[in-house]
Amino acid sequence: MTIHRWTWQSKLTFALAAVVLLLLALVPGFASGGVIERLTVLFIYVILAAMWNALAGYGGLVSIGNQLFFGLGAYMTIRLADAGINPFAAMALGAGIVAGLSWLLSLFMLHLRAGEFAIGMWVLASIAHLCVNLDPLIQGETGTSLISLNAYAIDARRVLIFWAALIGMVGLLALLFAVLRTPSGLAMQAIRDNEEAADSVGVNPMRTKRLFFVLAGFGTAVAGALWLAQVSAFQPKTYFSVQWTAYMIFMVLVGGLGRFEGAILGALIFFAAETWFADTGVWYLVGLGAVAMLFSLFLPKGLWGWVETRTHISLMPLGYRVQFDTQSEQGR
Amino acid sequence: MSILKISDLDVRYGQFRAVRGVSFALEKGEILALVGANGAGKTTLLRALAGANPVFSGSIQLNGTDMTQTSSHARVAAGLALVPEGRKLFLDMSVEENLRLGATVGRPGDWTVERVFETFPNLVKRRHAPTGTMSGGEQQATAIGRALMSNPDVLILDEVSLGLSPLVVDQVYASLEALMHTGTTIILVEQDLTRAMTVADRVICMLEGRVMLDSPMAETSREAITQAYFGSAETGAVA
Amino acid sequence: MINILIQAVLLGGYYALIACGLAFMFQVMRVINLAHGALAVVSAYLVWLLADSAGLSPFLGVLLILPVMGIAGWLLQRLMLERAVRGGELLPVLTTFGLAIVLDNLMFQQFGANTRSLSPYIGDLSWEAFELPGNIYVGKLPVYILVAALVILGGLDLMLKRTALGRQIRATAADPVTAGLIGVDARRAAGIAAALATMTVAVSGVALGLRGTFDAYAGAPQLLFAFEATIIGGARSLWGVLIGAIVLAVAQSFGAQIHPQGFLLGGHLVFLIVLFVRLSLKGRSLNLMQILRSTGKGAAQ
Repeated sequence: MTIHRWTWQSKLTFALAAVVLLLLALVPGFASGGVIERLTVLFIYVILAAMWNALAGYGGLVSIGNQLFFGLGAYMTIRLADAGINPFAAMALGAGIVAGLSWLLSLFMLHLRAGEFAIGMWVLASIAHLCVNLDPLIQGETGTSLISLNAYAIDARRVLIFWAALIGMVGLLALLFAVLRTPSGLAMQAIRDNEEAADSVGVNPMRTKRLFFVLAGFGTAVAGALWLAQVSAFQPKTYFSVQWTAYMIFMVLVGGLGRFEGAILGALIFFAAETWFADTGVWYLVGLGAVAMLFSLFLPKGLWGWVETRTHISLMPLGYRVQFDTQSEQGR
Repeated sequence: MSILKISDLDVRYGQFRAVRGVSFALEKGEILALVGANGAGKTTLLRALAGANPVFSGSIQLNGTDMTQTSSHARVAAGLALVPEGRKLFLDMSVEENLRLGATVGRPGDWTVERVFETFPNLVKRRHAPTGTMSGGEQQATAIGRALMSNPDVLILDEVSLGLSPLVVDQVYASLEALMHTGTTIILVEQDLTRAMTVADRVICMLEGRVMLDSPMAETSREAITQAYFGSAETGAVA
Repeated sequence: MINILIQAVLLGGYYALIACGLAFMFQVMRVINLAHGALAVVSAYLVWLLADSAGLSPFLGVLLILPVMGIAGWLLQRLMLERAVRGGELLPVLTTFGLAIVLDNLMFQQFGANTRSLSPYIGDLSWEAFELPGNIYVGKLPVYILVAALVILGGLDLMLKRTALGRQIRATAADPVTAGLIGVDARRAAGIAAALATMTVAVSGVALGLRGTFDAYAGAPQLLFAFEATIIGGARSLWGVLIGAIVLAVAQSFGAQIHPQGFLLGGHLVFLIVLFVRLSLKGRSLNLMQILRSTGKGAAQ
């Protein structure tokens, strides 16, 4: 029996990822404004998918209310920028505040069971939406915009946001990766929704779930702040829309629930689907819902899970891979 | 024709073969004691017979009809009832509600709620009590009564004495005594070998999923069963 | 003041109606159906179609669509939930959420952004009122809706407690495997339960259309109201749902008195407070809860 963490595939993946990131970092040097903006959107989608996946795939917490974090991330940025803070600093600081808030929420939200938690989060998002509407700065559903970004010239601004999104994406993925490699992160992957089993391997599931919850709150808030920077307008209705969570669910279910690579794959597929089919309007949304539904019924581990079981390839060196020389029999 | 016929039955959990190539047939009115160490595959076999565990290969025939793939409720309707290990009562329901649930399939027969109360008089005063509040012995009696309410041809009792005091076990078996002479075919799992040997007229001993011994009780001995139980001398098995 | 309270209780009747199907599915199948609100709006549109094209009274229309929605619920259970539940607690949430998105957008595709109402098809009833002493008027329609809620809740409760079918449904809810072992067709019981729940959704959808207007995306708020009423009521018994629904409506009505935007906020805040209080009480009596839970598991294993 041999145990190892890094396979040749994962080493290759890391090398490739480094090359891709390097190329991406160089994109603003030669690409058009449109390409830069679309890539920024893609980075935001990857963040959204990875964070929802952290919550549902690893923390076992399906949320229908991640628009809470998304909207609050944008709102905090508006508020802090209005107080005179540099907009980019406001984005980071705002996400930090949302992380603190999500820690507070975790104190009671995590006691809810599956479906209760899911809609409970939705209710929270609705509350946040209503409260933000009450803020005179936002002017109800009329909304406002991140005016202080106008201090930057349009081209420079585009590149800065691109960089911020790239750094945000890489940083959050690295953070998730690091959390997943801690003993409790590993245990959560091994046992997912079985809390008794988690107890028996000495992991405090509540603490680990809280970790994922706060991480998801922070990361999704970063995505909301980036989105705000990108489109500059803030209308509460669009940010606190449940549609954002629908997108996250689509990406993760298609890519692979509880698979690190899955969220990225799902974001790429969603990005492509949006690019090609978004003009079809309502049918595009019907399609997203139907595909998410079919995946959850027939391929709940998503495309990446399917690839994984077929090929036994794992690109991310998250767990330890144990190879048995002979097939062992498991007990009941 | 045998009332229950099991041929070359295999039941697996993933890769693990919990029951391997088990075959036997029971005639009407036979009382079979199934013995074996923990993990020998007894409960798995019984649950497969009742339809709670899927069969990997082999077949189960009840009254000449193949039941290998039918659902558990259809098997109850065909006359096979299991009193599961650990009783598995619906704890927020009363004794009477549990018993009435047992009559869901509506097989014709003598068993009524009143007759169950006659058979287990200790239940009468608990009739409307939630079963979650009752003692182990009362719960066990309710579980057996619930199975009887389906008027089974074959009654399977999985570890009815588990967790009960010896006195209560005596009571439960005393109540079963009458039942055993009514022509109901019974399979029972019993850890107490002495009791198994007095009650049953045939014994099957399992080890690691296989049948090690299958013999009329009168033609075997405590020593032979013990040997088969521990697998110390496989040559001692009577096929 | 009294007037507000009475109106709030009547609104609570509507919430009880919309919540009882959700609570029933939650109690019996351990599934929160996120397509609950969308299904209510589907029913409202179906009855509207019958009224608009065939001139059928909504009260007759609802009788016609009851079997349709019942079959839809049965299919929902057989084709989706049954499969999803086997994959753990999380998949039913995702599956029904996907279904809700599909239904919402299909309705938008079909009926567009215009709001619809069923009230034009019931003549004077939409504004007629009973006069109570003290110069208080209560609309006849909200009273009928409250009565419908009471009848449906009472009927479901009686059915669960007193009938063979009710026992089978409860047994299936507690432990489907053991239910099968004693002769209950668990799939059938679950299918019937889902059909019943969806039939109550049909009634609540019509109530939605009669009380006011609806559009293709009206399902989401209905789902939230139903969910909040269920949780406030404790999700233990169907009568708890009625209490939860009334508490929710009262909180919303008083919220609306305080601030123009306070209607929704009042309801949400009461929901949060109840949740918070219940969880902190649970923390204090954790030992008791653990005992209860372990006995519950004894039955479910």
